Amino acid sequence: MNRWESDPILTVEHLTMRFGGLVAIDDLSFSVGRGDITAIIGPNGAGKTTVFNCVTGFYKPTEGRIAIALDKADAETLERLTAGGQRMSEDRNILLLDRMPDFEIARDARVARTFQNIRLFGGMTVLENLFVAQHNKLMLASNYTIGGIFGLSRYRKGQDDALGRARYWLEQIDLIDRADDPAADLPYGAQRRLEIARAMCTGPKLLCLDEPAAGLNPRESAELNTLLRFIRDEHGISVLLIEHDMGVVMEISDHIVVLDYGEKISDGAADFVRHDPKVIAAYLGVEDEEVETPAEQGASG
Amino acid sequence: MANTTGESALDTGAVGAEIEDERRAEAVRGEPPFTEHPASGDRLAAALKDAVIAGLIALALAGPMVGLRTETAIGGLSLSQHWLPVAVIVAVVFLGRLLLNLFVWRTGGRTKPITATSFRLLPSGEQLEKWRWPGLVAAIAFTIVMPFLPFADRYWMDQAIVVLTYCMLGWGLNVVVGLAGLLDLGYVAFYAVGAYSFALLATNFDLGFWVCLPMAGILAAGWGLILGFPVLRLRGDYLAIVTLAFGEIIRVVIINWYDFTNGPDGISGIPRPTLFGIPFERGDDGFAAVFGLEYSSIQRIIFLYYIILVLALVTNFVTLRLRRLPVGRAWEALREDEIACRSLGINTTNTKLTAFATGAMFGGFAGSFFATRQGFISPESFTAIESFIILAVVVLGGLGSQLGIVIAVIFLNTAFEVLRGLDEYRMLIVGLMMVLIMVWRPRGLVSTRRPSVTLSGRAKAVRGELVGEGSG
Ligand SMILES: Nc1ncnc2c1ncn2[C@@H]1O[C@H](COP(=O)(O)OP(=O)(O)OP(=O)(O)O)[C@@H](O)[C@H]1O
Ligand SMILES: [Mg+2]
Repeated sequence: MNRWESDPILTVEHLTMRFGGLVAIDDLSFSVGRGDITAIIGPNGAGKTTVFNCVTGFYKPTEGRIAIALDKADAETLERLTAGGQRMSEDRNILLLDRMPDFEIARDARVARTFQNIRLFGGMTVLENLFVAQHNKLMLASNYTIGGIFGLSRYRKGQDDALGRARYWLEQIDLIDRADDPAADLPYGAQRRLEIARAMCTGPKLLCLDEPAAGLNPRESAELNTLLRFIRDEHGISVLLIEHDMGVVMEISDHIVVLDYGEKISDGAADFVRHDPKVIAAYLGVEDEEVETPAEQGASG
Repeated sequence: MANTTGESALDTGAVGAEIEDERRAEAVRGEPPFTEHPASGDRLAAALKDAVIAGLIALALAGPMVGLRTETAIGGLSLSQHWLPVAVIVAVVFLGRLLLNLFVWRTGGRTKPITATSFRLLPSGEQLEKWRWPGLVAAIAFTIVMPFLPFADRYWMDQAIVVLTYCMLGWGLNVVVGLAGLLDLGYVAFYAVGAYSFALLATNFDLGFWVCLPMAGILAAGWGLILGFPVLRLRGDYLAIVTLAFGEIIRVVIINWYDFTNGPDGISGIPRPTLFGIPFERGDDGFAAVFGLEYSSIQRIIFLYYIILVLALVTNFVTLRLRRLPVGRAWEALREDEIACRSLGINTTNTKLTAFATGAMFGGFAGSFFATRQGFISPESFTAIESFIILAVVVLGGLGSQLGIVIAVIFLNTAFEVLRGLDEYRMLIVGLMMVLIMVWRPRGLVSTRRPSVTLSGRAKAVRGELVGEGSG
């Protein structure tokens, strides 16, 4: 069985998002396997970013359930929480994201994200960007500012930890030399990497990346692949990404979900999706392409 | 953005863009490419010549501004002359300019042409960085000994107190507008709350200045929260309008709630601050008698000066400290991008509220000082124009810059004093000058931003045009 079926970290069920009369997402269900790199692909306007905004709480879904299982998927608890109207289980393992505001999803459900149009704190330095990402930890260490004002040792230790984590990620994204430069001064590719590092500094379990390879040159794209694999393999973090660049998607994804006009048209491993006629039709138009019949291919790829 | 071109083209494109970036940064940072100054033998002569010119400019400015002063005399105004301070100013400008020419404004043994530096009157980020600590120590030392310098008469001390009060207000508002990026047009409300809290507590319960001061601050912070809640969802223009209204509401309530606030008649008989219970009065228990000095009314003024100096310095150091703590960094991040803040798990509601409350608290402290200094307060002191002046100080100084605020306050206060004789034209001229300054430096006088944390330990200032202005 696939990981996204046996132990999903994120399950999206019957998600619908309407903007007035426009149905941006229509009854969408999919799961993200723990420790997988999962890609959401689809033509422009398919509703990919809207899915992200629903998962991370920036939009309140019209209908549907979005749940995260931080340690272990547990269908029974999930049903109990849903029926009981609660937000999260007592042990904070299962959380219902559709019931939580955006900043709590980042803080308690440990979902970090990046944006399609990069959103860095441009007037702050690279290092400061990574410190802002560790706000909640630092806030605790500074005893909600009181201890910080008097420079208590607990705060100094928290500050050192934050610096260590920032330094670690700066080394991973190869920006350690520019730590004290304003983020807005970085070249485009570096800004994309910094946004990923900033998301990682929040200590997430699920990392959502909205078109991380957009605007990158092939070399930077390859580096990004390496970085994403590193994040998955060395840190055990599940990655959900939106991507247009098929090269990137097919190479690194363990699982691909294809959207078109707000509906799921295909779902499976890379090989399965690559040969799915519905996907080919959506991307290229059926007439133009002689499609091999995928009847013999199973749903699991 | 699709990658349609080949790899090599993209590569050079990216590198080209980077070089272009660097060049642009260089152009902003460095001096314009003027031709080098000739031989080093001419250096002394050139420096002297430049210093003489600077001295003459100082004379032309200081002569009418400082040397001549109108005073009310019997049957009209009379002109009094003060040439000693003028001489001091001219000498300082001349010598300072000469020394700067000889020892500071040169690179690699060659002087830079004077035009290259003099057209940029304010120091750059790097220069600020270099002079930061010596400048700070010198400024604090000067403010401490100032009351005992020969020129510090009653008028001078009063002006110094006004300047410090507005610095404090500017620094307080800076937390809200400069750091958190929330446009607050009703800041005077907190000044009023502080003043009235102090006045009412002191006159009704017989409490002293030092007991009432923290209470006034806490009450003002409470009102900051109360204002904060309804305006949290508003941004930009809407936020500005609601805060403006809030400032007016407080004033109107003070006017109309006669039983409580004594309405337009104001509150009088507010106790003066004492030094550990020793009042500044004529008589046997007074400060002069206790310390065996001759009684003079200036002693009380000097004492007030030191109180506001301490309050202002505390405001400054606390806000600077907060800026380097997570809460302050969150304020600045909020100004840069609120959505990104939320995606990082920052509770933006609380963050905005703490900014409002902190700013309001310092406004409240300043208000209590105002009340105790005047001994009498009425709603007339807390009109919207006060809010605008405080905001103008913050904007003119450069959003977020503590030093800029000091320069802006001194500038505005000097302008108002010098133009005092022009009555209604005064506002017009000051307004025009502010417009010109904003055209000259759209980001305020000191627009660079100091990072709150560094890896290398050497802070490089962030250029003003990169720093966000906030939209909330
Ligand atoms: N806040 C909103 N209000 C109204 N309509 C919206 C809103 N957000 C998205 N939409 C609409 O929902 C549809 C899906 O948009 P979405 O941004 O999710 O597409 P996408 O798959 O991310 O496209 P792209 O590849 O261009 O990023 C679009 O028709 C868009 O106009
Ligand atoms: Mg999108």
